[in-house]
Amino acid sequence: MTRTPLRPLARILQARARGENPDTIERENLRLRHEKMRDKARARAEVRLLILGLAFFSAFTVIGARMGLLASTQPEEPRAAAPGAEILAQRADITDRNGRILATNMLTHALYAHPRDMIDPDRVAQELVKVFPDMDAADLQRRFTDGRRFLWLRRTLSPEQMQAVHDIGDPGLLFGPREMRLYPNGALAAHVLGGASFGNEGVHSAEVIGTAGIEKALDDRLRDPAQAGTPLQLSLDLTVQAALEEVLSAGRTMMSARGAAAVVMDVNTGQIVAMASLPDFDPNDRPNPVLAKDAEPGDSPLFNRAVQGVYELGSTFKIFAAAQAMELGLVNPDTMVDANAPMVWGKHKIKEFQNKNYGPLLSVTDVIAKSSNVGTAHIALMIGGLRQQAFLKSLGFFEATPVELVEARTGRPLLPKKWADIVTITTSYGHGMSASPLHLAAAYATIANGGEKVSPTLLHSENPQPGPRVLSEKVARDSVMMLRRGVTHGTASLADVEGYEVAGKTGTADKPKRTGGYYKDKVINTFASVFPASDPQYVVLVTLDEPVDTTGPEPRRTAGWTSVPVAAEITRRIAPLLNVRPVVEDQAVTAVSAVHN
Amino acid sequence: MRPVIFVLSFIAVMGLGFWAYREHYQTRDALRELTGLQNEIADLREALALQRAEWAYLNRPDRLRELSALNFDRLGLLPLEAAQFGEIATVSSPPPDLPADLGAPGIDNPVSVSGEIAPESEAP
Repeated sequence: MTRTPLRPLARILQARARGENPDTIERENLRLRHEKMRDKARARAEVRLLILGLAFFSAFTVIGARMGLLASTQPEEPRAAAPGAEILAQRADITDRNGRILATNMLTHALYAHPRDMIDPDRVAQELVKVFPDMDAADLQRRFTDGRRFLWLRRTLSPEQMQAVHDIGDPGLLFGPREMRLYPNGALAAHVLGGASFGNEGVHSAEVIGTAGIEKALDDRLRDPAQAGTPLQLSLDLTVQAALEEVLSAGRTMMSARGAAAVVMDVNTGQIVAMASLPDFDPNDRPNPVLAKDAEPGDSPLFNRAVQGVYELGSTFKIFAAAQAMELGLVNPDTMVDANAPMVWGKHKIKEFQNKNYGPLLSVTDVIAKSSNVGTAHIALMIGGLRQQAFLKSLGFFEATPVELVEARTGRPLLPKKWADIVTITTSYGHGMSASPLHLAAAYATIANGGEKVSPTLLHSENPQPGPRVLSEKVARDSVMMLRRGVTHGTASLADVEGYEVAGKTGTADKPKRTGGYYKDKVINTFASVFPASDPQYVVLVTLDEPVDTTGPEPRRTAGWTSVPVAAEITRRIAPLLNVRPVVEDQAVTAVSAVHN
Repeated sequence: MRPVIFVLSFIAVMGLGFWAYREHYQTRDALRELTGLQNEIADLREALALQRAEWAYLNRPDRLRELSALNFDRLGLLPLEAAQFGEIATVSSPPPDLPADLGAPGIDNPVSVSGEIAPESEAP
């Protein structure tokens, strides 16, 4: 392109001849040149914009297509890659405090069918029934031939069944990989673990979701891919749990109880070392029972009595009144209180067990040891309803337990609507308000550890945080000594396990009828204990539903004869397992005396 | 001069091409081997998980309890009891293993020897 000069000589001369200003010609030319440059620049910019637009368009198209592809493909079971991938499992294992497996995953297969690919549907139906006797040949045959393309046959297969299905050799029978949840210990700790089942199911993969217990409560943690390699460590101890369930089950049979629950808790941390509820179930094969209309919810094996069952826990509550009165400085362990039975309050009459009378006066220690309703009632009246409510609230009796089970929310305590003086009296000896055995275990742990509130938990933790102080250490220690006296000189004498200084309180509560009032011969027996009394470490709590001891001349239904021996046997079995060294107690002077010769 | 450069660069291109060809195939072999190893690792992990589950299943408390009951006459296993705890001070320690002739009457002039024992004389 030839460049036109800005001041062409010919035109300049002409303009000069005409007397015009030649600078206008230069400016005109300059203008034209700039316009040309601008047009060129614009054209180039347009081309660039177009290329850039195309690049963006294709980039977004690729991303969009990739997203669409990912969204439309079938999910697959993850495969382990080499570098550091522990992720084979899509759900983390659950272990006890020592790392023994409570729940793990197992690779298995699901069986499905493509009936259109089947060569001989009749024969396949016949052969399948031979492998799975619960299938119906006629029904299978109908479903194979009604024109559908796809049907599920079995969610999980054992390797033997899979081989047998392989041997049928029909191309219409297909397998999809499945990861299933396995509880190798069977029914052990069934209520804690709960169970798991399949969520969304595809051919190549299926979600495993928790259906109850800790599997459901901590579902997000267990399914978190970042933590799939680290097992969830519970505070349970497998051996202690096994011993507890064995003894509790035997005790339930011996006392012909309708149900039973037991909790073993570390008093300093609130960690639950073992927890059982009977009847129980196998979480590998979680039942789906249909209850009769008049059945109690506790009759279902799925019902966790220790957490969901709220009961009037009876005289086990008396220690709270005594401890609070000591904390407030109203009494000390030797203060004599009025225990003259029966006590009349308004239209109510407070009586002792079997209409006894421990009065007229009884020391606070003996009120607990002898389990005097009237004595406790007088102590509670000294405290007053408001302060009593505040204290029970600080022990956690007014809300559901914070334990990591999905069922815990349903175990909300039943509280009286109005807290009249008679409620203050009845609550002091454990009637009128209901709480779960786990509430009671946590409250006893609070007393036993020197007065710091504990929150029950199922998770193992090395450095637990202490809770707020509820009682002074001295009061807590005195309370434990009172409980100890209840075992050495009181209602729980059968609980005295040699070497372990068991301290505890019995509770016998009449069972409330659903229609109102109480049953005459149906009771809930509870024994809450701590050991060893000189340095409490564990709470053992046993609750039996409708027990009866028939070894005597007449049936006995007090906790001292039913729950106490069961709890004693549990303590005897688990204390060595928990590595608690027996305490050498003061022994009576033996016949040998030192002689000089 | 120029033809020499041409020839040299041609040879260089051929050499590099051959090198790239071999590298390519080695890489593919390595990748194939890696995939194989990864599959093997995955299979082993799977087997490991299964064996852990089986170990837990075979060691479940119910089964161990039954086995200890079945073999009671041979093993005599009973639950641990409080009475089985003891103080270390009450355990009588075994007498120390001393050579029989040490301290025996007659040796009243012990000799101290220093230096190396000849290795062949050390053989029993």
